[in-house]
Amino acid sequence: MSGFAQNTFNGLVSGAFYALLALGLAVIFGMLRVVNFAHGAFYMLGAFGAYVLLTEAGVPFWAALVIMPLALGLLGMALERAVIHRLTRLDPLYNFLLTFGLTLILQDLVKTRYGVQSSPYATPAALSGSVDFGLFDFPTYRVFILGFTVLLCVGVWWVLSRTRIGMVVRAATERPELTRAFGIDVGRWVTPVFGFGIGLAGLAGVLAAPMRAVNPLMGADLIIVVFAVVVIGGLGSIFGSVAAGFGIGLVQAWGESYLSDFPIVSQTIVFIVMAVVLLWRPAGLFGREEAPA
Amino acid sequence: MLRIENLSAFYGEAQVLREVSLEVAAGEVVTLVGRNGAGKSTLLRCVMGLHPGQRGTVSLDGRDLTKLPAYKRARLGLGWVPDDRGAYATLTVTENLTLPPRVGPDPWPLERVYEAFPALYARRDSAATMLSGGEQQMLALARVLRMGARLLLCDEPTEGLSPLLVQQVGDLLREAKQHGVTVLLVEQNLHFATGVADRHYLLAEGRIAEAMDNSEVRSRERELLAYLGI
Repeated sequence: MSGFAQNTFNGLVSGAFYALLALGLAVIFGMLRVVNFAHGAFYMLGAFGAYVLLTEAGVPFWAALVIMPLALGLLGMALERAVIHRLTRLDPLYNFLLTFGLTLILQDLVKTRYGVQSSPYATPAALSGSVDFGLFDFPTYRVFILGFTVLLCVGVWWVLSRTRIGMVVRAATERPELTRAFGIDVGRWVTPVFGFGIGLAGLAGVLAAPMRAVNPLMGADLIIVVFAVVVIGGLGSIFGSVAAGFGIGLVQAWGESYLSDFPIVSQTIVFIVMAVVLLWRPAGLFGREEAPA
Repeated sequence: MLRIENLSAFYGEAQVLREVSLEVAAGEVVTLVGRNGAGKSTLLRCVMGLHPGQRGTVSLDGRDLTKLPAYKRARLGLGWVPDDRGAYATLTVTENLTLPPRVGPDPWPLERVYEAFPALYARRDSAATMLSGGEQQMLALARVLRMGARLLLCDEPTEGLSPLLVQQVGDLLREAKQHGVTVLLVEQNLHFATGVADRHYLLAEGRIAEAMDNSEVRSRERELLAYLGI
């Protein structure tokens, strides 16, 4: 039983990273109709930025947790203005070329400066140790990640569902052209939403730094699973991306421990789930068929 | 109020409107009738600024709209009632109503909207796409009244509605007209059209074939219906 609790807990923690990344991809896709293949690179930049800030300027984790999402959000907004917004009128192939190209550029810039080896990042002192839950104890830092991510997702959900800004974003995501016809300057919201999505990726990166190896390819490895998460949740569905993020984290953790005798299954279980979901619901679990403009 | 001059519109290579010119005076209700594919909906979309391939000018109260994006046209008082009713699945009924900013001199307060549409009030917290087709049509009309739009662009507001609901839509448009609202209406239902409108344009193959008043439409109803293929 305690093994099960352990697996479930670890699955939720991995799921928290998937949820944060998928949430950013979902709001970006919803508003811009751009699939941001560079999302993993921004996650990596978040972790690397935290590492560089600590080792070269002595900036602690808590400050990095604020600085990096803001800095990367601003970088994202600048990129949106400079290049991403040009994608709207082009064939989707250019979307892939541009954002994948950005990934390679960002990765190689970091590689050139810091090499490909992984760098350790110490867990902040306040979050070291473990929390005793009676029957089991879990590392404090992981408990923090889980709680923080859940709060953040609830906060994003609250803004989207309860505020006027959220209402406009939902309307513009569902039917951009119709929303313009109702007097709303959808274009004005595009840049901040892109920056917000990138900021979330950066935040996930900072959170990952003490837990995972910080290296230039850390985003590339993760983002493939995140795309599966987004497809399962339903491309553009905010709730779907978060639910599928945590769900896939669980499925992966359970698969790895209970199907370890069948490595072919346990290593590909995310994609098996994705294939089954797509056969059953082509728009994803919480996605809707694309509405007319 | 609305003046359209030499408006041509294209879908790729295909030309759907050819040098259309027409005017709608303030407070008038004018319909566009014509067969499917005659270009009626495209004409409304051009006025709203939602059709990219167009030539010619559209002006409102003497102000050229041609270069303005759709959202700025809406803020000048254009109210869009799309042919698919434009209900947002991710917004509640109340949110659907309050999404557009108030743009005109006489926007309906939400309380008044709900008084006039008790069915919408009863479902105010449901997703708008959970409403019946008729209720969604009421929502589309209520939304532009709440905006306070001065010129309504209604694309077949009676399509698929029961006779009772058609009558309600007619009452609403007449009431709006009494408050000085101008309406440009795409309509296939000639009986409904003569009941609410002052004048009619027959659109054929992208051109204005005829301009008619109510008595002319009534006296030629059989001929027109045969032409429209209804």
